[in-house]
Amino acid sequence: MKALMFGWEFPPHILGGLGTASYGLTKGMAVQGDMDIVFVMPKPWGDEDQSFLKIIGANNTPIVWKEADWNAVKERFEKYMNPQEFYNLRDNIYADFSYKNTNEFGCVDFSGRYPDNLLEEINNYSIVAGVIARTYRFDIIHSHDWLTYPAGMHAKSITGKPLVLHVHATDFDRSRGNVNPQVYGIERDGMNNADHIICVSELTRRTVIDKYGQDPQKVTTVHNAVEPLSQEIQAIVPRKRKDKIVTFLGRITMQKGPEYFVETAARVLQRSKNVRFVMAGSGDMMNKMILLAAKRGISDHFHFTGFLKGKQVYEMLKSSDVYVMPSVSEPFGISPLEAMQCGVPTIISKQSGCAEILFRAIKTDYWDVEAMADAIYSICTYPAMAEFLQKEGKAEVDEIKWEYAGQKVRDIYNRLCGF
Amino acid sequence: MKTICLYFQIHQPFRLKRYRFSNIGYDHYYYDDFANEDIMQRIAERSFVPANRLMLDIINEHKGKFKVAFSISGTALEQLEVYSPEVIDGFKELAKTGCVEFLAETYSHSLASLADPVEFELQVKAHSKKVESLFGQKPKVFRNTELIYSDEIAGIVDKLGFRGVLTEGAKHILGWKSPNYLYQSATNPKLRILLRNSRFSNDISYRFAEYGWKEYPLTADKFIGWIAQTPENEQLINLFMNYEVLGNLHNRSTGIFDFFKALPSFAAKNQISFSTPSDVLNTLKPVDSITVTDPISWSGEESDTTAWLGNSLQQECLRELYKISERVRMTESRRIKQDWSYLQTSDHFFYMSTKILGDGPSPFSPYPSPYEAFNNYMNIISDFTERVFAEYPSSIENEELNGLLKTIHSQAEEIEKLQDEVKKLKARKIKQGEPGSK
Repeated sequence: MKALMFGWEFPPHILGGLGTASYGLTKGMAVQGDMDIVFVMPKPWGDEDQSFLKIIGANNTPIVWKEADWNAVKERFEKYMNPQEFYNLRDNIYADFSYKNTNEFGCVDFSGRYPDNLLEEINNYSIVAGVIARTYRFDIIHSHDWLTYPAGMHAKSITGKPLVLHVHATDFDRSRGNVNPQVYGIERDGMNNADHIICVSELTRRTVIDKYGQDPQKVTTVHNAVEPLSQEIQAIVPRKRKDKIVTFLGRITMQKGPEYFVETAARVLQRSKNVRFVMAGSGDMMNKMILLAAKRGISDHFHFTGFLKGKQVYEMLKSSDVYVMPSVSEPFGISPLEAMQCGVPTIISKQSGCAEILFRAIKTDYWDVEAMADAIYSICTYPAMAEFLQKEGKAEVDEIKWEYAGQKVRDIYNRLCGF
Repeated sequence: MKTICLYFQIHQPFRLKRYRFSNIGYDHYYYDDFANEDIMQRIAERSFVPANRLMLDIINEHKGKFKVAFSISGTALEQLEVYSPEVIDGFKELAKTGCVEFLAETYSHSLASLADPVEFELQVKAHSKKVESLFGQKPKVFRNTELIYSDEIAGIVDKLGFRGVLTEGAKHILGWKSPNYLYQSATNPKLRILLRNSRFSNDISYRFAEYGWKEYPLTADKFIGWIAQTPENEQLINLFMNYEVLGNLHNRSTGIFDFFKALPSFAAKNQISFSTPSDVLNTLKPVDSITVTDPISWSGEESDTTAWLGNSLQQECLRELYKISERVRMTESRRIKQDWSYLQTSDHFFYMSTKILGDGPSPFSPYPSPYEAFNNYMNIISDFTERVFAEYPSSIENEELNGLLKTIHSQAEEIEKLQDEVKKLKARKIKQGEPGSK
């Protein structure tokens, strides 16, 4: 079984959960043995792990035929792919795109991020997809998130192969309901043209069915999983303090419900003074949160770390006594699973997709700051609770594996391809 | 001749209200009165009232041939007295027929037998006293919370003067033995053991209304037929179940009331009688002894105590609760003693069970998850502990405090005694003086 996947991010250079999920899923599917995956992304860095799939950079794919010397090609693209692939791709340019702004090899530039001209980048990505789809042979097309839906649809229209969309989030999650009509249009168009839609949670599945008008039979939930912790991360020695540390970790944006975390902290601190709250991450609501903490008079026990990356994230997690994710709307939310891997008792909102598969974590409504405060107090005060969640939580999350998720995706492939 | 020993359990806990950590130290009322009243009245209306009427009808119709036993927890009795006194009246009427036996248990349907023998004894005595005051019968046979039983418990029950005890016919205890005989305790041979026949009991309490069951619908005729077909020498069939089977767990439309109504006549046709546990002890001889090292109960396939004490959360709560029992017993405050009793009810522990993996809370739980059950309970215990320790300075050790209290309490008696003596001496002196004055 050969799959052509369109993604936007891939570790180690990632901006959000999408990259982590793409990595986990493809790695989990590689275990199946007979699975070949070509993964297209806008702009690879060259240090991605290609041991279990082949990565094609959209910015390394020519869309305008230009004379290219082998040595120049080798020098430029060796880091990313076999130089021969460049020529194979070049042989499949299917229309005249010379009006596009291309470099000396005939490739378009991509930022690989989420720039202001995102819609243009999505369009270019879809042009590139046409070349790639003509170059490689595959049985199925798999598009991760709305940025790559047009590319998937394009590949389908050329080859007639079945298209699977993987919904990691919808615009309803990102905007708390105030959707951007252009984004919604792209999402809905993609879904209408897909042969099957995979959602990362039942919550997202409901949104896809209710808000995008999709046939429930065409929509399946495959919950995300989590990669086992690496040796390096396991070796991190937690820095434990006298005070209990309660951590919020993620982008400080509307979707993540940071204000509820501050309000909860204010409630807990009214009673216990040996608890400290940490808001790790950055985002457009950070300054507002600093003000709110000051207004509640808890700034002496409420700390902001700014953006954390890589190992820092795990150092923070491991030093925590409680992890809280009060997201207002979270399609899945992989970070509570990471916290539980580190043995940190975890509180999540019922409005997160991961709540559907986590039973050794405390769940509250995101707006129920009383309940959240009570749960934090309980973990900090009653050792039995902390120990139970620590031990049982880790055991639970260790059984949530990408292999299982990969197998579910594979079953969908098999069904669509008639195997 | 075979006999059926039919016994019904009646229990309701005092459910706790949502108690946040911010309430600790400020709010000392712990109960969800609205829920308790609502649930008790609903069950009484659907189940207890019509079931009592049915039992009375059957007894009157069969003129002493039909007998039945009840065990009603102290917390249930209290709630019935307040919320549905007509149920208490019904039981009083049943008690007058002479065909009904009331059994002893712990007052608050507690797990004290597993944690605190002293408390256990006190609760059993308190319950017996309550039953006697209401129904004029002093219980002679004991059944523990959820039929929890072990050799250790047998020792205490025997010491308390009970002749028999009811428990589960747990497969891992019985092995090849049949529950359809009377047994005795291996460690306390005077104590007789009645074992629940789980198959026949569950046929009624669980499978009766199950459409998918191959024996559906279960009729009294068929059911008595099965009992009649048990081996000739097996003479005792113990049917132990929740009274709520009638009308609440199976609603009236399933025909459960008619099933019970029809039982005695079919039993009579097959020469099967009905007995109370005490009748059984008077007529049958034990065939063998039973050893139970680890506690058993009537819960689940495993018949053990993991539904209440299976995880570390439950174990911690039990430890925290009984850590203060000595102190509580020293207090004079009636409020504290009452809360202490209500907080021991096993249901609070059952709500914290994580045995069923998945999101669902324990059945009948008022909490959305086991964690909330734990948080709520521990918050209340924190407040309660503070109150208990506020009674006397916490710097004094229990033993010393006990000594001091004894001195204080006995002081009054001591003074009275001395005053009496003074009076006597004075009187004698006057008497002695009298002859002299003559």
